[in-house]
Amino acid sequence: MTKTYKIEVDCANCANKMELAANKVKGVISASINFMALKMKVGFEDGADEKAVMKNVLDECRKVERDCEIYF
Amino acid sequence: MTKKQKKVLARIIIATLLMATASLVPVDGMAKLVLFLIPYMIIGYDILSDAVHGIINRQPFDENFLMAVATVGAMLLGEYIEGSAVMLFYQTGELFQSYAVGKSRKSIGELMDIRPDYANIKDEIGSLVQTEPDCIEIGTVIVVLPGEKIPIDGKIIKGASSLDTAALTGESFPRDVCVGDEVKSGCINLVGVLEIETTHEFGESTVSKILELVENASEKKSKSENFISRFARYYTPAVCLAAAVLAVVPPLFRMILMNADADFGTWVYRALTFLVISCPCALVISIPLGFFAGIGGASRAGVLIKGSNYLEALSQVKCVVFDKTGTMTKGSFEVAGIYNNTVSEKELLRLAALAESCSTHPISRCLQEAAGEEGFASELLDVKEIGGHGVVAQSSEGTVACGNLKLMKMLGIELSVHDCTGTSVFVALDNKFCGQIVVSDCLKADAKAAVFALKRVGVRKTVMLTGDAKAVGEAAARELCIDEVYAELLPEDKVNICEKLLSEKKSREKLAFVGDGINDAPVLTRSDVGIAMGALGSDAAIEAADIVLMDDNPLKIAKAIRISKKCMGIVYQNICFAIGIKLLCLILGAVGVANMWFAIFADVGVMVLAVLNAVRTLNVKNL
Repeated sequence: MTKTYKIEVDCANCANKMELAANKVKGVISASINFMALKMKVGFEDGADEKAVMKNVLDECRKVERDCEIYF
Repeated sequence: MTKKQKKVLARIIIATLLMATASLVPVDGMAKLVLFLIPYMIIGYDILSDAVHGIINRQPFDENFLMAVATVGAMLLGEYIEGSAVMLFYQTGELFQSYAVGKSRKSIGELMDIRPDYANIKDEIGSLVQTEPDCIEIGTVIVVLPGEKIPIDGKIIKGASSLDTAALTGESFPRDVCVGDEVKSGCINLVGVLEIETTHEFGESTVSKILELVENASEKKSKSENFISRFARYYTPAVCLAAAVLAVVPPLFRMILMNADADFGTWVYRALTFLVISCPCALVISIPLGFFAGIGGASRAGVLIKGSNYLEALSQVKCVVFDKTGTMTKGSFEVAGIYNNTVSEKELLRLAALAESCSTHPISRCLQEAAGEEGFASELLDVKEIGGHGVVAQSSEGTVACGNLKLMKMLGIELSVHDCTGTSVFVALDNKFCGQIVVSDCLKADAKAAVFALKRVGVRKTVMLTGDAKAVGEAAARELCIDEVYAELLPEDKVNICEKLLSEKKSREKLAFVGDGINDAPVLTRSDVGIAMGALGSDAAIEAADIVLMDDNPLKIAKAIRISKKCMGIVYQNICFAIGIKLLCLILGAVGVANMWFAIFADVGVMVLAVLNAVRTLNVKNL
């Protein structure tokens, strides 16, 4: 299953780093950030609890970019 | 400007004033440090705290951390002005970047602002009520007033008007519509009041599909984007390592081998310059911005591109393969003649129309139109469609076979053939030949110009594929100056020929296929770049395509290639420019020619120029 979330981030490189971080989270098959549209597309593993996974994604992203925000 | 940006701007102004004052005050030593520390902290406190946060989370090459080390280092070396100025310029650059990106985000958003906010429906007493387009069901009658956007696809049941289709097709000439016409959402109603019966839900309407396509476009990343993000990942650590080496090795070398003064100060200063240059932001920002602007500009011109990777591939297209019907021709056939008929012409047309009555193929539609409404006396019991051949229909009158020469041969029907250009449809009733109907399809007005335009943008080979008879295909190809033509193809033959052409070309060169019909979907998927004709084309073709031409004009193919070339040109300029300046500054920094002022230019100046350059892609009008 794939979902798209609105995000907030200031710089393009930070978006790249968030993308890398999000891809490492358990339950995420693939995550891709469109910096210009400020959107994050996340593909979840089967049976993954999106809310819980997205919370981890946000935590991991905050580690690389403190100001970032993901609306889920 | 957002609140956040305003706050940074205020900090920049205050820090600049304080720094100017501080540099005028004639003090030295500790007093000077304190004087400069005030503006430094005002401008840099968030960077410093982010840097600490980065260290805690083990992100050593975070750009905040780099800036913090570089400026704190400069302060410790006694370069107070430079330390605080670097921080100031860095913040100014970041502010400019976020402002410029926000601005282009907005202007591209406005460009694609075709989302209708409401739909008018009539309530019981006949007055108009504004409703969310989302909750309107298929078959509802909506009213579109002059100046409003058509919110949902539908059919006009009352009124006539002119429509501005520029948002969808890039075509500025208004289109006249009247009762019975299908209209697409996103068009602007210019003059009359229209009542429209909706044929789609909002989510399935043209406007929603376009927005979805464009908004998801940059998720499919191009090679250049991937290259630059990978480059950034290695560039920063590499430069930091180089900085560390620069700070330690030359002084040790001087001390041990040359017996000279170590001169740590100079080398540490040079190393700090490296750290300032190591920020990857200028590199990273301009590439996606260029692609985003390119896709935005293209959609303004009526060309929808589904991803930056396709934009990149499009710029390398050297071979274009066309489908004939509907792509290079108008796709509306007319009966050009009837030959060798054993029944009356009217009867022949009626039989053909009867057999084809379930098909929506352009030729079938033409036959149905030619036969008119009259005389559908008999009922169809069963219709079998044989792809690439025709149809065999069981009716109450008998078995009607209607199709090309291959069908007649397959069924073993004896017949006489009249030779002429045009597509021949042969009709047989109960395996007895009834006659030959010749239909022809006229070429689009711009088809020839389109082929020439493609040659001018560097397309080396043009190929036409058609299911039509050889004579028809070759005549059309000659007329259009197309290099190769393959005729009498079945849908699977098209894929095979496409495979063959793909294997013949060099790997760096790309092949584009342009088509519109349902049977084109497999070829659209198989080719490097699949281009679908949007307005005429089927939904399946548009789904399978990578690029959609909204107004079906084949001239737009060349335009799309020109847009892609301009965009890729700008992207490459930015990559070379940004990497080049950074490397130059690194070299000059290492030998001591470039100081920190130079370094901050390499970071902020390059970024500003790259962003401004990227925004140029948006302008595609005169291409």
